[in-house]
Amino acid sequence: MDSMTIIAVASIISAGLTIAVGSIGPALGEGRALATALTSLAQQPDASATITRTLFVGLAMVESIAIYCFVVSMILIFANPFWNHVIAQAAGK
Amino acid sequence: MHLSPDEIIFWQYGLVKLNATILYTWGLMCVLVIGSILVTRNLSMEIERTRWQNLLEIIVSGIEKQIEEVGLRQPRKYIGFLGTLFLFVATASLFTIVPGYEPPTGSLSTTAALAFCVFVAIPLFGIEASGLGEYLGDYLKPTFIMLPFNIISEFSRTLALAVRLFGNMMSGTMILAILLTITPYLLPIAMSVLGLLTGMVQAYIFSILATVYIAAATRTSKPDLASDATHAK
Repeated sequence: MDSMTIIAVASIISAGLTIAVGSIGPALGEGRALATALTSLAQQPDASATITRTLFVGLAMVESIAIYCFVVSMILIFANPFWNHVIAQAAGK
Repeated sequence: MHLSPDEIIFWQYGLVKLNATILYTWGLMCVLVIGSILVTRNLSMEIERTRWQNLLEIIVSGIEKQIEEVGLRQPRKYIGFLGTLFLFVATASLFTIVPGYEPPTGSLSTTAALAFCVFVAIPLFGIEASGLGEYLGDYLKPTFIMLPFNIISEFSRTLALAVRLFGNMMSGTMILAILLTITPYLLPIAMSVLGLLTGMVQAYIFSILATVYIAAATRTSKPDLASDATHAK
């Protein structure tokens, strides 16, 4: 296998694994946060504005971990610097 | 399939490029500014008012209430900056209804610029509220060992703001582009609606996080008796 093939295979497998494994944690975390928020809303409906706002802010912070994984995987597929370098070398030859 | 609207270039002269991001950003700015000028030309103080004035009043008083609920005492001082952040990101994602439009917040340049504005605004508001010495002293607040961690957290918060908004907007447009090539008729519409929803939520998140950071920076230990009196009314 020459270096072009190795880079392509590694990028594709890494991209798939990144987004697959990287979305497990945030999904579980958001589910727990949502469940706790629902429990506290049922216990104290008067504080629903504060609870809802805090829930959204917390969900956004947890979601950003999944977003980082997604961005890495997109970069590996569409804006891969190693692939571009190897393609430029192959085109230059 | 492109990663961001930076790659669509309409006109280029040497190093100066007019790409889709700049074009759509200026388009949004024109819509927001000219729309507001047209609406606020004849403001009425009575019950009779135009629906646009009503809309603007709902938006402004809603944002003001949110800022106050987070803990900033005088929301009018901050509503210029925070309200603009919310309105820009919200309209940037709202206009995806228009065909051929791509949200400029789907480009890392725009979101990095917005996050940098927040990064600069936090010390400015903090120093204005409590003075330079006390603001810098806050970095040593729990113990002075926390100084490097506080500094790192400043930078990582800014980076997280930029990447969060960019990732959400970019993923919306990319999912739409991919689905259009696979199942063209109904599913892209559902994903477009989902993209609208996440766009609005991300606009709210961006401005609320900026508000929370500014509130943390301007929080002083002295009790604010004047505003406590108005709250007690």
